[in-house]
Amino acid sequence: MEMRETDRPGDEGLARALGWFSIGLGVAELVAPRGIARMIGVRDHRILLRAVGLREMASGVGILTQRRPAGWLWARVVGDVMDLALVGAAFRSPRARRGRLALATAAVAGVTALDVVASRRLSRRPGEPEDDAIRITKSITINRSPEEIYRFWRDFRNLPRFMRHLESVQVTSDKRSHWMARGPAGKRVEWDAEIVDDKPNELIAWRSLEGSDVETPGSVRFQRAPGGRGTVVKVELLYRPPGGLLGSLVAKLFGADPDQQVAEDLRRLKQVMETGEIATSAGPSARRSRRLAAAS
Amino acid sequence: MKANCWFDTHDIRVEEVPDPSIVNPRDAIVRITSAAICGSDLHLYNGYVPTMKKGDILGHEFMGEVVEVGSGVKDLRVGDRVVVPFPISCGNCFFCKKQLFSLCENSNPNAWMAEKMWGHSPAGIYGYSHMLGGYPGGQAEYVRVPFADVNPIKIPAGIPDDQVLFLGDILPTGYMAAENCDIEPGDTVAVWGCGPVGQFAIKSAFLLGADRVIGIDRFPERLGMAQKRSGAETINYEEVDVYETLDEMTGGLGPDACIDAVGMEAHAPGLVGAYDRVKQAAMLETDRPHALRQAIMACRNGGTVSVAGVYGGFIDKVPFGSLMNRSLTLRSGQTHVQRYMRPLLERIQKNEIDPSFIITHHMALDDAPEGYDMFLKKEDACVKVVLNP
Repeated sequence: MEMRETDRPGDEGLARALGWFSIGLGVAELVAPRGIARMIGVRDHRILLRAVGLREMASGVGILTQRRPAGWLWARVVGDVMDLALVGAAFRSPRARRGRLALATAAVAGVTALDVVASRRLSRRPGEPEDDAIRITKSITINRSPEEIYRFWRDFRNLPRFMRHLESVQVTSDKRSHWMARGPAGKRVEWDAEIVDDKPNELIAWRSLEGSDVETPGSVRFQRAPGGRGTVVKVELLYRPPGGLLGSLVAKLFGADPDQQVAEDLRRLKQVMETGEIATSAGPSARRSRRLAAAS
Repeated sequence: MKANCWFDTHDIRVEEVPDPSIVNPRDAIVRITSAAICGSDLHLYNGYVPTMKKGDILGHEFMGEVVEVGSGVKDLRVGDRVVVPFPISCGNCFFCKKQLFSLCENSNPNAWMAEKMWGHSPAGIYGYSHMLGGYPGGQAEYVRVPFADVNPIKIPAGIPDDQVLFLGDILPTGYMAAENCDIEPGDTVAVWGCGPVGQFAIKSAFLLGADRVIGIDRFPERLGMAQKRSGAETINYEEVDVYETLDEMTGGLGPDACIDAVGMEAHAPGLVGAYDRVKQAAMLETDRPHALRQAIMACRNGGTVSVAGVYGGFIDKVPFGSLMNRSLTLRSGQTHVQRYMRPLLERIQKNEIDPSFIITHHMALDDAPEGYDMFLKKEDACVKVVLNP
């Protein structure tokens, strides 16, 4: 059994405090729903409040008794979102007492922030970076020699051929290059990068220069695969999503998962290296659009 | 151009769509002269294959004449007559080099979808869902053929379409199903399903040296075809118990090899059939594996079960204990068509096999929807429909 390592002893303390808070609030909602309703300025929704109380007690007990409370803390975050929605709905009621409701909203929002912080800290695997950065590691096996793939990658002008979000890369000196990409919501992002390590046919590592829009330290390794299978290409990236962790969760919901994007980029690299072109099923269909419908 | 398009379960329409054009250097455009409706198209028609989109052009068994080639295609010329294999293969990757063409790693642009469903992705296929690439199919006037330098096979003048059309799918599929049985002299092979693939599996099993082949179906015309065209013995599963009959026919041993040429929409009489239909309708299993269950149970100890029928997802109550305890070998796969096209064309040229015997109906492309309906309901003794755009 792997022991949870936390970066700060305080994280456990915060989690315990949130656990006891859950239980306290839960008990109050269960035994005195009417008082609670008055306090937050809503009508007497006894059954709803008792249900919310039960939920609070469950997550409280979960946080306090589990060795790995991160899951239960995330459950609290989900509960917080529900509560915010309920309070939001209460605003619409003609009998709502808006002053108290506003206070309640502020209180729930504050607790939500605490819950998010605690969940994130306790969800972090040992050795993972502390801030919002996401570490992405992806590998693919390509039926070409390490020399060929290294040569193709080392000429950064080739990268936009298989990295879908890159518009262009200009090589400005032996070590430096200027990158342009389409960011979220079609916003253009530009940055300068420099090579920090370069072992021919084995490894290229880079990072963006200080003062860039984005920070993208990363590396790619080329390792001969066994049994004449070609080369294992392994990419490691540290990705700081715009809008922080929440932003990346939202991006995932809308299908822009950075992990998946790196996997797709590598698949296109394989297609270019092995077949000389990128597979596409673009072509006709009877869908409304008269132009060639991109197939996926 | 006109194309036969999928809109929904039991809703396909021939629509006017844009002509295809060359996108990549290794592409070619083929004008279709013949396109078949495949039994596996009925799985799409019945709505059992996920990730179909309204407006998708159907068809993965077709041939025609090259009308345009990309700059990277050296061996094909405008005017060449070709049969196009249904799996799209690059010819360069690890799997293509091992002749496992239906496992090409570079031809499915939507590989991530297949990975979610199956763990890893096979090759792209024409007109067979977005999970398998979303490629426009060949039940149309024209089709774009990717990697045209390695996939199509040229057909010499003088052989009619009907004799070579099935090189693109069902003839190699039946052949591979039989080849996977590692047939030895004296072997008895049982084949579940006497549709087009079953007919070719029966024929191929004899070609590969089987002593006896037993076809299993419920349609008299299909059983009759297997007897008359290939010399098979037959079992009508609506009349007798398949397991007992096979045991009796093989001296209590069971067939040396069993081929499932039915797949995910097996019909089964009685309670078992109802059980699978209910579970499939409630999305508790995606496929009805009745033929597979029976093939496993019937097979002799140490024998081979070869699965040519298409399965999509998850199956239930498969007697895996029977497979394990009795040392059965299970072999399967989408057909590596490119591996078989040339040797089978040679057999056709030498008159060892004339695959046109399964064709019961020729129709115009415009009549494709009626063709699907007739094929589904097995009306007018329908075994195989060929569309001629």
